[in-house]
Amino acid sequence: MPKPRLPQAQDPRIEPMRRRFLATLGALPLAAAAASASAPARAAPLKTQARIVIAGGGAAGLTAANRLAAALDGASITVIDPRKEHWYQPGFTLVAAGIKPQNYTVSDTGSYMPKGVEWVADKVAEIDPEGRKVVTAGGKTLPYDFLIVALGLELNYAGIEGMDTARIGQDGLGSIYHSPQAAAATWGAMSQFTQSGGVGVFGRPAGEMKCAGAPLKYTFITDDRLRRAGTRGKAELVYMAQSKSLFGVPIVAEKVRMLFQDRGVKVNHEHVLQSIDLGKRVATYKTPTGTAEQAYDFINVVPPMRAPEAVRNSPLPWTEGPFAADGWMEVDRDTLRHKRYPNVFGVGDVAGVPKGKTAASVKWQVPVALDHLLGDLRGQPSKEVYNGYTSCPLITRLGQAMLIEFDYKDNLIMSFPGVIAPLEELWISWVMKTMALKPTYISMLRGKA
Amino acid sequence: MKELDPMVFLAVFQEMLGPMLWVMLFAALAAVVAFVALVMREKGIVSRRLVRAELLGLIGGVVALVIMARVSSSGFTDAGGPADWFLIALVYGVGAVATVILAYAVMGWMRPRQAAR
Repeated sequence: MPKPRLPQAQDPRIEPMRRRFLATLGALPLAAAAASASAPARAAPLKTQARIVIAGGGAAGLTAANRLAAALDGASITVIDPRKEHWYQPGFTLVAAGIKPQNYTVSDTGSYMPKGVEWVADKVAEIDPEGRKVVTAGGKTLPYDFLIVALGLELNYAGIEGMDTARIGQDGLGSIYHSPQAAAATWGAMSQFTQSGGVGVFGRPAGEMKCAGAPLKYTFITDDRLRRAGTRGKAELVYMAQSKSLFGVPIVAEKVRMLFQDRGVKVNHEHVLQSIDLGKRVATYKTPTGTAEQAYDFINVVPPMRAPEAVRNSPLPWTEGPFAADGWMEVDRDTLRHKRYPNVFGVGDVAGVPKGKTAASVKWQVPVALDHLLGDLRGQPSKEVYNGYTSCPLITRLGQAMLIEFDYKDNLIMSFPGVIAPLEELWISWVMKTMALKPTYISMLRGKA
Repeated sequence: MKELDPMVFLAVFQEMLGPMLWVMLFAALAAVVAFVALVMREKGIVSRRLVRAELLGLIGGVVALVIMARVSSSGFTDAGGPADWFLIALVYGVGAVATVILAYAVMGWMRPRQAAR
């Protein structure tokens, strides 16, 4: 009699063994994740007439579309997204570091769209989970049996008074998250700063954000660029932390504190960027005791982030708790299924779950959510659980990074135990970030990893 | 489907290298086949030729490290811990062994045993 399959990551004996085997292959962290999370089922496709709408064709939407197209036969699968360009966002920091060109992060959404999936190149305007339909900005109504919301998030630059994204790259203003162009323009501004010196200001917004490690990485990268230019002595670097901690995972926060001390980065806690005077180069922060001004020669602005308008204006967000204010979707954190609308799933940045708004989160969330959707179609409930796994190759200088992986419970997870220490600055982790991550990400989009 | 899936590795390496993956796999296979066939044909290893191939292998390892440094926008000088030394040894080793096999096979087939003596 076959032994019952244990839900992924629940058998502590098997997981480390698998990962170690992968490590001996000299493999990649995400590939390790890929092998232990469900790979696309190569079993016979499930016959179904179900109408599945995927709102959003970014990393999570495309991954879901490819996996569903392979797993189902006869289903009507529709992806709604107006964007023709796909952005490989984990590459933005490398562009802004002067390591990779702008086009490194840009490809065609269409090249990842699977056959048999209808692509509606329009914006989602309204989600009606009661009426089980999605309406686009162009007025098209798409009824569904299952909805996968993968609309990502909105960069709320308007939440910072005086901020103007058109001026990124000028007057010492940087902002990596905005776009590939902005990442390249930020490199231009930072590069200038490494010549002139002065005060470099970094930080992050309050609330949830995508890749919370990126603002830290960019501080380290700027420090290294200054040292390489021989101008570190002419510069002062200040990091404005939004809370009392530098990172959501305490053990990592402590390591970053030590590294900042080592690199001479000054830290101000509980400082949230409120407004900015781009002409005078002065940033104003909200602090527990009022406001504080900080003059800068270079600044990397990370805007507040919130759920996209179509989600905020729908019944899908949390109505209470820490995710309510910014409209993040009320999903069960183990299954990504909506808590009030069981035929709706939320994956990727839009999901109202702690931590991970990263590509690695997508990698692990989507197979779990889809397994539950397929379980519904089969009439056999899935037992798959998403444990909050996410990963962040935290660059600490050009050529070195710390491969940090963790879960909901702030546990450090090691894909390569005994080989790659998570809190060690290593070249191998940098090699993974620069060489292996993008191919793994693209394979994920295609549903192959 | 939760077992280790070699297809995942194939997919990732295909994305990383594109058609070069197949060229490299074919070249590696061809070199090994040529090497094995040569050893079988000559019924043993020609030590003089092997020493020459090994000398080239020393250079091959360095070349592998240089290529690695270029594609990763960094280099072995960034090594920060034991895992890095392991990676450096691995890259050097793979470059060296591949060069030895290839060089030995090329030299052997260009100048077979009788001529080499």
